[in-house]
Amino acid sequence: MTYVGIIITYTFISNLVLSQFLGLCPFIGVSKNSESAVGMGLAVTFVMSLASLISWALEYFILVPLDIEFLRTVTFILVIATLVQLVEMAVRKYSPPLYQALGIYLPLITTNCGVLGIALISVNRNFDAAESFLAGFSAGLGFLMALLFMSGIRERLDTEKVPKYLRGAPITFISGGLMALAFMAFDTALLTNLLRSS
Amino acid sequence: MENLLQVLYAFISTSVFAIFLGAGLAVASRKLKVKSDEKVETLISVLPGLNCGVCSYSSCESYARAMASKTETDVSRCSPGGYDTQNALAKLLDVENGENSSRMIARLACLGDNKAAKREFTYLGYPDCESAHIQFHGDKGCKYGCLGLGSCVKSCPVDAIRYTGTGLVKVNPELCIGCEICVAVCPTGVMVMIPKDAKWFVACKSKDSPKLTKNLCRTGCIGCRICERKFLNSGFVVSDNLSMLSYNDADEEDQRAASAACPPKCIINL
Repeated sequence: MTYVGIIITYTFISNLVLSQFLGLCPFIGVSKNSESAVGMGLAVTFVMSLASLISWALEYFILVPLDIEFLRTVTFILVIATLVQLVEMAVRKYSPPLYQALGIYLPLITTNCGVLGIALISVNRNFDAAESFLAGFSAGLGFLMALLFMSGIRERLDTEKVPKYLRGAPITFISGGLMALAFMAFDTALLTNLLRSS
Repeated sequence: MENLLQVLYAFISTSVFAIFLGAGLAVASRKLKVKSDEKVETLISVLPGLNCGVCSYSSCESYARAMASKTETDVSRCSPGGYDTQNALAKLLDVENGENSSRMIARLACLGDNKAAKREFTYLGYPDCESAHIQFHGDKGCKYGCLGLGSCVKSCPVDAIRYTGTGLVKVNPELCIGCEICVAVCPTGVMVMIPKDAKWFVACKSKDSPKLTKNLCRTGCIGCRICERKFLNSGFVVSDNLSMLSYNDADEEDQRAASAACPPKCIINL
């Protein structure tokens, strides 16, 4: 798969939130306003890129040589959680402005299923290091995009008269579902046509 | 047997790996330690740490941070902390302590227990005020009264609200921190915020016509205006068939007399 293909696939076609339904917790929790949505999205992009890369290294330098792939999930969780904690400390120490922007979101994504999801997907697809990194990065971009759109919708919903028993989470899930329907328009056929014409 | 052994090895190696990572994190946290702001730390230690959000900040820490960086100059935002917190904050920040506004607590403005108030039907659904309120605004005849199913009891962060056992709830004024969560939760809006030092209180919210109120509840305010007209300095004002007490300028003797004269006895001593 070409690099462009990977970017388009994981940003639009297999968007983590809208077509694979991973990472719904921050998708609902942090999409109240676009400012925090962007912060969370950037933090997730950052962590996903790093996590894909590090789990690729873990897979091919430790798990495969020792023939213990069945421990993949649990070791990935361990390493990703440790990595996020470490990154949080490092960012706090060396770049306070970045910590101000992303810091509060970093602990939230320590155990985000989307982060683990994209790492496992990269390994299952036999991506190499660069491809894994790119897959993580574009999945993060897709997450950022979904979060930003959702926050736009929710900011508008705030001024609308929503029926009382749909307020809050229910209307958010309904809007999210409708947005996911719209994203069904992106599929592999689109990708094939795009790549052929270019 | 071999499989079991493999599981054992996997368990041991993963545990060792996890311990190794944990130790690495411990070392890193020691190495990468950031000196946290001492001022913020002391401010946090003064705040109650309930993270209730009354101050309009997401947590006690963010409120402390905002005060430390001078973006927030109001030290009286923490109502759960009350006077003590306010004074301590003012002292720490070396700012002029604003007027000690009286602390507000929640009160149930309803006396219509199982004996006093009429029920229109028997509600057998899920025991929750919101659910009961969907069915014709509750089973009580009076649509302004307490449904007694305790949505407020469940939502109170400090367990200050208890069931009375007679179809009502009661707020313990000593425990109430004034977070207003119960006011937001209550579907009929019968929870009201009043000053903690208030002596008298109109325990009714019914704006129904006098005749209807009298039919539905023995202790409902019928808007007779006796408290307003006869006791001019008492601070009671009747509008929409309901007496309201203004707590600012009131003569206590007049209030006592008004309470005694109130026909349905809905002005109560706290």
